[in-house]
Amino acid sequence: MKREIPLAILLITGLFMIFQYFVPHYAISDIASKIQQWAIIITSGAALLGIANLLRVSLDQAIARKQDWMYKWVVIVSLVVTGVSGIVGGIEPGTFFNDMIYFHMYTPMASTMYATLAFFIASAAFRAFRVRSWQAWLLACTALLVMLGRIPFGKMIWGDFPQFVDWIMNVPNTVAQRAILIGAALGAVATGLKMIFGIERSWLGGGD
Amino acid sequence: MSELIGLWIAALLTVFILSFLYKDNPFYKFAEHLFVGVAAGYVLALSWHNTIKPNLVEPLFYQGEWILIVPMAFGLLLFTRFIPKMSWLSRWSLAAIVGIYSGLAVVAIAEADFVTQIRATLIPIWDQTKWTQFSNQPSIVHFIHLFTNFITIFGLLTILFYFFFSVEHSGTWGLIAKIGTGLLMVGFGAGYGYTVMTRIALLIDRVVFLLGDVIGLL
Repeated sequence: MKREIPLAILLITGLFMIFQYFVPHYAISDIASKIQQWAIIITSGAALLGIANLLRVSLDQAIARKQDWMYKWVVIVSLVVTGVSGIVGGIEPGTFFNDMIYFHMYTPMASTMYATLAFFIASAAFRAFRVRSWQAWLLACTALLVMLGRIPFGKMIWGDFPQFVDWIMNVPNTVAQRAILIGAALGAVATGLKMIFGIERSWLGGGD
Repeated sequence: MSELIGLWIAALLTVFILSFLYKDNPFYKFAEHLFVGVAAGYVLALSWHNTIKPNLVEPLFYQGEWILIVPMAFGLLLFTRFIPKMSWLSRWSLAAIVGIYSGLAVVAIAEADFVTQIRATLIPIWDQTKWTQFSNQPSIVHFIHLFTNFITIFGLLTILFYFFFSVEHSGTWGLIAKIGTGLLMVGFGAGYGYTVMTRIALLIDRVVFLLGDVIGLL
């Protein structure tokens, strides 16, 4: 009961979504689009669950005065203020949510967080990466060429450097990405089918 | 006035986060936690306006589409995760999500990531237009462009062969697999270099913001 019903739901919905692709009848398409709308609603429930869980964990830690408890209040207050201002006041340009929170808080923080990753990537590569084989040489040289080709100094060394780097990105890089994509696609299709047919059940979690 | 306040808030938060490059400190921790809260609140507000309101609240309560109680109930069942004795009920919702998206993905991925990618590789080995380009304007870049299609086709085959383990990778097969590995390394290197440069571009943007928009030095 606790495992069979979810497996049945998964089998029925999964098979129907595959079936509807091969039967382009309006009645089937209509049901499929309704089911997709339902999936969007259920998935948004999952997003809300994640947010509720973040609130719960942060509140627990803040009330219990665990390590860094005062910062948990920052999470709680900022989450509530952002969420409420967005829901009540709207998200269009001109609102507090869009003009203050999104443009002056979320965007600068997000881009600075990503910007700091430049240092972490470089430092992690410096510490972990050792050029000992021809494959490692190839990787390091390509990375260096791509980086040089993206800055004005690269063009100073060789006028066609940016075009050469574009070729690396568009040809050997695309070929490698394409091969990985084909492999990943085969894996994803196999995993999807294994889930639909109940062979792969790790998503059910432990317990009964 | 609010624009000025906003500008200074953005500047302070940028400096707070950049301060982590020196070492972990209370300012960074504040900005980090603020970012988590704001990001979660942002998802909440966007979910409400883009998903829940148009797909559930308006059709259900204003247009009387009572059937939507079913997905709403499934969405609410996810919250039984908070009640250990009833948490198994959340599997129903999870099953619906996994089933619908797996069914969609099986066909969509097979078409977009498998068939389309293979189709994009089925091209002539020799591209006459590239030869004409090279003849008119001989250069190293135009010369390497002559091999574009050749590398696209045989490069893909060598990489795929590298992942094919039914034949021992020795002798000629080993050489083919090695060429595949080399191309993979070029791909990884290009990906690494590109990622670093993207992050550097973001960093330059933040520095320009601080020195230009805030201080007015640029």
